[in-house]
Amino acid sequence: MGELATDKHVRYILSVEKKKDSFESVVMEHLRMNGAYWGLTALDIMGKLDTVDVNEVVSWIMSWGFGGNVGHDPHILYTLSAVQVLALFNKLDVVDVDKVTTYIVSLQNEDGSFSGDIWGEVDTRFSYIAICCVSILHRLDRINVEKAVKYIISCKNMDGGFGCTPGGESHAGQIFCCVGALAITGSLDLVDKDLLGWWLCERQVKSGGLNGRPEKLPDVCYSWWVLSSLIMIDRVHWISKEKLIKFILDCQDTEKGGISDRPDDAVDVFHTYFGVAGLSLLEYPGLKPIDPAYALPVDVVDRIFFSK
Amino acid sequence: MAGIIEEENDDRVPIRLRPEWSDVTPIPQDDGPNPVVPINYSEDFSEVMDYFRAVYFANEHSSRALSLTAEAISLNAGNYTVWHFRRLLLESLKVDLNVEREFVEKVASGNSKNYQIWHHRRWVAEKLGLEARNSELEFTKEILSIDAKHYHAWSHRQWVLQTLGGWEDELNYCNELLAEDIFNNSAWNQRYFVITRSPFLGGLKAMRDSEVLYTVEAIISYPENESSWRYLRGLFKDESALYVNDTRVSSVCLKILKTKNKYLFALSTLLDLICLGYHPNEDLKDAVEALRPSNFGKQDSDIARTICSILEQVDPIRVNYWVWRKSRLPQEEEELRHCQEHRHQGRVGFVDGVTSLRKEGFESEFDC
Repeated sequence: MGELATDKHVRYILSVEKKKDSFESVVMEHLRMNGAYWGLTALDIMGKLDTVDVNEVVSWIMSWGFGGNVGHDPHILYTLSAVQVLALFNKLDVVDVDKVTTYIVSLQNEDGSFSGDIWGEVDTRFSYIAICCVSILHRLDRINVEKAVKYIISCKNMDGGFGCTPGGESHAGQIFCCVGALAITGSLDLVDKDLLGWWLCERQVKSGGLNGRPEKLPDVCYSWWVLSSLIMIDRVHWISKEKLIKFILDCQDTEKGGISDRPDDAVDVFHTYFGVAGLSLLEYPGLKPIDPAYALPVDVVDRIFFSK
Repeated sequence: MAGIIEEENDDRVPIRLRPEWSDVTPIPQDDGPNPVVPINYSEDFSEVMDYFRAVYFANEHSSRALSLTAEAISLNAGNYTVWHFRRLLLESLKVDLNVEREFVEKVASGNSKNYQIWHHRRWVAEKLGLEARNSELEFTKEILSIDAKHYHAWSHRQWVLQTLGGWEDELNYCNELLAEDIFNNSAWNQRYFVITRSPFLGGLKAMRDSEVLYTVEAIISYPENESSWRYLRGLFKDESALYVNDTRVSSVCLKILKTKNKYLFALSTLLDLICLGYHPNEDLKDAVEALRPSNFGKQDSDIARTICSILEQVDPIRVNYWVWRKSRLPQEEEELRHCQEHRHQGRVGFVDGVTSLRKEGFESEFDC
C-alpha cells in the first residue's frame, strides 16, 4: 500500500482552480461554487490553504451574489458552499447574515421540508443545506427546527436509512444529509443507530471500498457519505478502516495527483475532496481532522462556535 | 454531454449572423479579473450565453428568447438560470406544455442524471395534471429499462403516483423488475412503497401474508440477497412479536442454514429473532452447530453466541460489528444477577417487549 501523495494532490487542485478553459469547467460552470468548496476544503485538510490568495477568493464569491456563477439566480446549493468557503478563510463577517438567513427561511415549507429555490423542488439534501447554513451563521433559531426534524424523520425507511422524500430509497448521500441535519439540531436520538449502523457497514465491499446502496459499485465519494454518517452515530468501528484506507489510496493518481472514484479511473476535484476527507475521518497521519456534520475542518468549526 | 455539443455544432449558424438577433447586443460574462481563454468547443456556448444574458437582463419574453433557452440547454443542461427563465417564458407565452414535454424528453435522453431536467419535467407534469399521468409513468419506465436503479427516475415515479395516481399496475411492475433482477434494491423499495401506500391494496397489514410468501421464495432462490432479507424484516415493522412467531421466517432460516452455503443473512436474521425472544428448536441448533468450523476454540455457551462467533469468522470485514452483537447478548446466570442489582440505577432497558440486559448505551430501539 502506498502513501497519500499530498503534494501532488495539492498541485492538482491548484491547477484545476486555475484552469477555466477546460471542458469540465464549461459544463460544470454552474457548479463552480461547489467545486471551490471541494478543492479549498481538501487543501485546508492537507494544511495548504495558505497557497491560495484569500482576497481573490473572497471577492470572487461576493461577485457571485451567492448564486452558482455570475448571472445565476440563488440556489441554496451554492449558498452553503459560499458560506463554507468564507468560513474556511475566517471571512464570515463579509456575509449579509440577515439577507442570507431571510432567503433560507423563505425556502422552508409548511411540512418542515426545504425547497432548493423558488421553484419548489423538495429534497432532504436541502434540509441539510439549510440547517447547516443557518447554523454556521448562528441563526438556527430563525427556522422551524421542530418541523424540519419531523420532515426528515418522515423520510426514514424500514432499513434505518433515509431517502430524498418520504418513501424514497435509502441512499448513503441522503443518509449523510439527514443524519448531519439531525446532528446539528441535536436530534440524533431519533436515529435507529444500530439498525442504520449495520446498513451502513454492509456498504463495505470486499475491495474495502464503500458503495451507496446495495449491489452498487464502490466509489470514493462514499468514503465521505458513509463514513461521516457512521462517525456521527458512533458506529465507525464496525467497518474495516485499514481496508478502506487502502481502497482510497489505490484510487490516487500518484503521478499527476488527484483521486478518482475507483482505481484506475480519471481523477476529479470532487473525488479528491472525498478521498482526502475520508482519510481525515479515518485519522490518516498528517491530515487535519474534519467535522463529520459541518464538512469543515474541526478548527474552523471550533472557531465558528467557540470564539464568539 | 460532449455528443450533444458536437452534433449541434455541425450546421449551426452563429447567433450574430442571424437577422432576427441583429438588434441585440450580447453581454459577455464578467468572470472577475482573470479573462476566460476562449477555446473551440466553448465558443458556441459562450455566444449563446452572451445573448442569453442580454435577453435575461432585458427580461424579454419572446419566442426567440424561448428558442435561445432551448439552444443554451442543449449546450449545457445544468444551467440553473436558463431553466428558470424558460419556465417564466413558458408561462407568459402560454406555450403548449405537451410540446415542452417532448423537448424535455429529448434533452433527458443524454442527461438523465441532471437534477434540473427532472425538476423541470415535474413542473410541466404538475401544470398538465392528470393528462400527464400515463406518459410520465411510461417515461420513467423507459429510463428504468436502461438503468433500473436510477434514483431520479424512481423519485419522479413516486411523485407521479402520489400526485396523479396510477397505482393499479404498480405491484405488477415491481414483480417484472424483480423477475429481471431480484437484487434490485430500488425495486424492493418501490415494492414496499406500493404495499404500504397504495390506496388499492389495503396497506401493510393486509398485504403481509402474501408478501411473506413472495419474499421467502425470493430468499430461497438467492439467500445472499441483502434486499430481500431487509424487506422481510420490514414486513413486520413495529410488529416484532409477529416476526418472532411467524414460522415461515424461522423455517427459511433453517432451510438456508442447512444448505451450508450463502447463509450469512440467515444467521444474522436468526440472531435477531433470538434477541427478540425466539427460542430455536433442536433442528436450528443443530444446523448452526454444523456451521462451526472444526478449528473453532471452545464451545460457546449458547446458540446466539455461537452465531456471533461464526459471523465473526465468515464476515471478517465486519468482525467488530459481530463482536459488538455478541457483547450485547444477555449475560450468563452469574452476570445476570449482577446486572439486576444495577437495574434500579437505570442500567437495564426493555426492548421490544423482551428484557434486554445491556452494558451501555440505551439510544436505539432494535437490538439485543
